[in-house]
Amino acid sequence: MIRFDEVTKVYRGTAKPALNSVSLEVLSGEFVFMVGASGSGKSSMLRLVLKEDRPSTGSIHVLGQDLNRISSRKVPYFRRNLGVVFQDFRLLPNKTVFDNVAFTLQVIGKSKGFIHEAVPDVLAMVGLDGKAERFPHELSGGEQQRVAIARAVVNKPSILLADEPTGNLDPTTSMGIMTLLERINANGTTVLMATHDAGIVDRLQRRVVELVGGRVVRDERGGGYVTQAVPVMPTDIVIPQSGPGVGPAATSTEGWR
Amino acid sequence: MRLALVLGEVGQGLRRNLSMVVSVVLVTFISLTFVGTAILLQAQINQMKSYWYDRAQVAVYFCTDFSTVGTCGQTAATPEQIAQVEAQLESPTLAPFIEAYYFEDREQAFANFQEQFEGNAIASLVTPELMTEAYWVNLVDPTQSQILADALRGLAGVESVVDQRSYLDQIFDILNASSFTAIGIAALMLVAAALLIATTIRLSAFSRRRELGIMRLVGASNRFIQTPFVIEGVVAALIGSVLAAGAVVAIVHFFVQGYLSQTLPQTSFVGLEDALLVVPVLLGAGALLAAVSANVAISRYLRV
Repeated sequence: MIRFDEVTKVYRGTAKPALNSVSLEVLSGEFVFMVGASGSGKSSMLRLVLKEDRPSTGSIHVLGQDLNRISSRKVPYFRRNLGVVFQDFRLLPNKTVFDNVAFTLQVIGKSKGFIHEAVPDVLAMVGLDGKAERFPHELSGGEQQRVAIARAVVNKPSILLADEPTGNLDPTTSMGIMTLLERINANGTTVLMATHDAGIVDRLQRRVVELVGGRVVRDERGGGYVTQAVPVMPTDIVIPQSGPGVGPAATSTEGWR
Repeated sequence: MRLALVLGEVGQGLRRNLSMVVSVVLVTFISLTFVGTAILLQAQINQMKSYWYDRAQVAVYFCTDFSTVGTCGQTAATPEQIAQVEAQLESPTLAPFIEAYYFEDREQAFANFQEQFEGNAIASLVTPELMTEAYWVNLVDPTQSQILADALRGLAGVESVVDQRSYLDQIFDILNASSFTAIGIAALMLVAAALLIATTIRLSAFSRRRELGIMRLVGASNRFIQTPFVIEGVVAALIGSVLAAGAVVAIVHFFVQGYLSQTLPQTSFVGLEDALLVVPVLLGAGALLAAVSANVAISRYLRV
């Protein structure tokens, strides 16, 4: 589904790499938390999966395509297979809930009939039925994030990327959002979520990838925000291949297919 | 659905940047008016050239008692010398080049002079004795006056051989210079217009950067993102082009046809049909300019 091979990303004008020979494989249907301090490279990884950036060295395969070889003309079509959710929602303030979700489908050329069928469905799925004609500023933070999730999944993407989707929300609302993401994951969508929220990670007990200074230091199935299995590994140890079964604390196979 | 969406985006962009759009309209209007005027001026010059060059004659002036140039020597040409020139004009060497010729004696020249300078003080100072006798020659090909000049200049009693086209050339030089000035100004204005369109489109893209970001994120194709901005630029430039076309047609109709051709009835001027030929050129130039500069301006937002 997503495979990183020895990926290093150095941003221009900086000496220290944002990602340092990261290897990672995410399988279809997995739910993966990416944890780590700010600046540890979580967002850089998400950007690379989206092909908003290209790696300095190494290769990335997403959905069977080598992102280094995909032409910039094809990138928009590639992105139609991905859904993205952000901490700051990124809704269009001058459009209603319905139009915000419909906009996604309009700009990729879906028919009016399809839009009028798909949008109410997805709004019901995220629990926003009856709020289609509201504007974003009339909604609570949790509801706005539900709109953003609806927008991300309305086109039935194979992969959902979430960059700290609960970062602006209180714990109760966050759990509601997580329930929604789990439901989307249960329907077969691979979810890759970067987060700081220890409570959520501990409660869900899913695969956890921990980044420190641009390196993967832990890849644990069924893990918590801080590992209980083994102490945190020193940062100078490079894990050559963090594929299935290679993680240092593979205690569970939950969520694997 | 998509067309309506694209047109909606265009309308929104035009409304949001109204002042910039107005300035684009004005700059393209003025620059294309200059372009149109320059084209019409060139058409006018060509028209005058073909009109006057065909009528231009070569004058073979004979010596008078006062002339010192050429083979003269302050003695007027004798009838024998004049006859000799006429024999040359009739000779097999020159005859094929000559369409017609006639002799103008002093009395006729004096009458013509009086008519031409009627009311001018110089007319009362001139006497028939001061006038020059001359052969007026119409050539088959007006550009070949040099042949005549070479053949006749050395003959006794000939003061000079003058091609009238040399007078016309000065006038045309002035007209040419003014049309080149107009083209130069037009070129500068077009550069300004292109930059202004690019800036307007950048501003428009900046004010819609949220939408652009989401469009790119959800996989809208580059062409889909680009099209509204290009159309926005083209619409603004086309409004300017239409105004410029109107201005050019108005100049021809009211100034050239309404004023100039009334004042100078014997000269032929460019007509409305020439102006209408210029209109599609202006519309095409405006649209092309806007499409290219908008495309360049927006491509920055499409990099992935």
